[in-house]
Amino acid sequence: MKAIIIDDEPLARMMVKEYLQSYPHISIAAECNDGFEGIKAIQQHQPDLIFLDIQMPKINGFEMLELIDHPPLVIFTTAFEEYAIKAFDTHAADYLLKPFSKERFDKAMLKLQLQKVNSTQATVDLALQTNLHTNRIVVKDNGKIKIIPVAQVQYLEAADDYVKIFTPDGIFLKKKTMQHFEDSLPSQEFIRTHRSYIINAQLITRIQPHEKDSHLVLLTTGARLPVSKAGYARLKEVLGI
Amino acid sequence: MARNISANKKNSILVLGALLSWFGIWSTLQIMILQDFGISTSRAMADAVISNILMIAVCLLVINNMRYYLPKREKYWYSIFVSIALSGLWLLLMRVSLWGLFKNDTAYMLSLSQTALIRYIIAFLMIGCCTVLSLLWYTQKEQQADSLRKQDMERLAREAELHKLRQQLQPHFLFNSLNSISALTGSQPEKARHMIQQLSDFLRGTLKKEEQQWTSFAEELQYLQLYLEIEKVRFGYRLQTNIQCEEEATQMRLPSMLLQPLVENAIKFGLYDTIGEVIIFITAKKVNNQLQVQVQNPFDETTAAPLKGTGFGLSSIRRRLFLLFGRHDLLQIKKDNQQFITIINIPQLNESNYN
Repeated sequence: MKAIIIDDEPLARMMVKEYLQSYPHISIAAECNDGFEGIKAIQQHQPDLIFLDIQMPKINGFEMLELIDHPPLVIFTTAFEEYAIKAFDTHAADYLLKPFSKERFDKAMLKLQLQKVNSTQATVDLALQTNLHTNRIVVKDNGKIKIIPVAQVQYLEAADDYVKIFTPDGIFLKKKTMQHFEDSLPSQEFIRTHRSYIINAQLITRIQPHEKDSHLVLLTTGARLPVSKAGYARLKEVLGI
Repeated sequence: MARNISANKKNSILVLGALLSWFGIWSTLQIMILQDFGISTSRAMADAVISNILMIAVCLLVINNMRYYLPKREKYWYSIFVSIALSGLWLLLMRVSLWGLFKNDTAYMLSLSQTALIRYIIAFLMIGCCTVLSLLWYTQKEQQADSLRKQDMERLAREAELHKLRQQLQPHFLFNSLNSISALTGSQPEKARHMIQQLSDFLRGTLKKEEQQWTSFAEELQYLQLYLEIEKVRFGYRLQTNIQCEEEATQMRLPSMLLQPLVENAIKFGLYDTIGEVIIFITAKKVNNQLQVQVQNPFDETTAAPLKGTGFGLSSIRRRLFLLFGRHDLLQIKKDNQQFITIINIPQLNESNYN
């Protein structure tokens, strides 16, 4: 069984390594300082298990997982006690709250052996729902990682299984649903104006009628986007008109 | 409390004195006028004394009443109505008493009837004056009490807020440090012990500093270095510091625990916004008799999460500086060539202002 440890604190990695000594069947394929190294190492080694810190340079643990197509099993190691922990707790996904004891570590490993952990995807979704970082969106762009602050997002457009993210730097794709973005983006700044569109309210210059029951919204960028009946109601509510 | 009582006593004496001199002057005047109308001196004196004693009684009634009931709305209508009613009452009482004494003197009684209207008007003006004056007096007193209470409340709120701002210690820091210690205990127990020592000193400093508001820069720096040492153990080679402090800055004074969140912020941005080694620069000097501290850390403009500008750490420092000095310009931020620079200026107060 191959494992990778991803944590920006060397001593924290040392701790996990030490605890892993009593599990000779697990080999440590790599140790990583941050999420970027983590993604590379995961692609290279295809590990079965990763130990993952949440607060790390540039991109956090959740954001890193989002960028991996088939994430391995994850044990979070973190000092974060915020909402995320509560969610993990109730769903019995695996996390270790720093500093953790050998006993607690062994328990996590036992759970792992018994295959009683939730799928990683469920864990990640849960974490994102409880919301750690909605002030930016992390996407992959030609193999590179791009961090988009939400204030730079002009609008989102649905595109099959993906969502197109329009920014001044170009258009990016992310494999998520519109619902996901509607829930996670700040609701006072981003409005779902249409089944296929979420727009940044800061950029609205005009709203004009269009055909019956529908409107068009014009953005400062020049974009002209359709507004549905329900979308118009939401628009009016947020803008207070 | 004692002062209030004596102040009240003084006020009462003042009011009574004013009323008595008013009584004296007005009575003399009235006697002279009545004599001009050909009324005998004894009648004129009795008339003046009785009508003015009644007048004083009515005025005292107004003042006393106002002490317990101060009209909030329609103040002026209230004054006019009270004056009309009380003047009528006064006239009635006066005439009844004088009639009781001099009912046989028809000439006098006639002149009393003839002057009723003018007496009524004068009484109305006097009582009106008295009502308006006491209304103003009590309103002002109430406002004074109000503003005192408001000042008290503001002071309390400010103290509570300052206390809260001083107390913000990141629990992440504590738990991650404990984790490092836990990791060290296995392989390097000596180092673990050393770190426990440092962490204890740091926490003790935090507790002590909650009590005191002001400290010297030398002391604050010592405390900061402790914090930085602990962070260096956590992050290993990634974190380095460069501290430069002018000799004359060391004894200058500043609010305690003001710089710690600033440095915490610098570390957070430096370490989490960039990859690779991070150097935090701290410089302190004396500029225009103010203590100027500059903290510099690398950051990445394109991804710095809070495009919103300052982030919580800095806004709380700015708030604290405003509460202490009443100024918004003491904290400045510069972004320059991938470096985030925070400059903080601390005015030096007179010795007596530190507590």
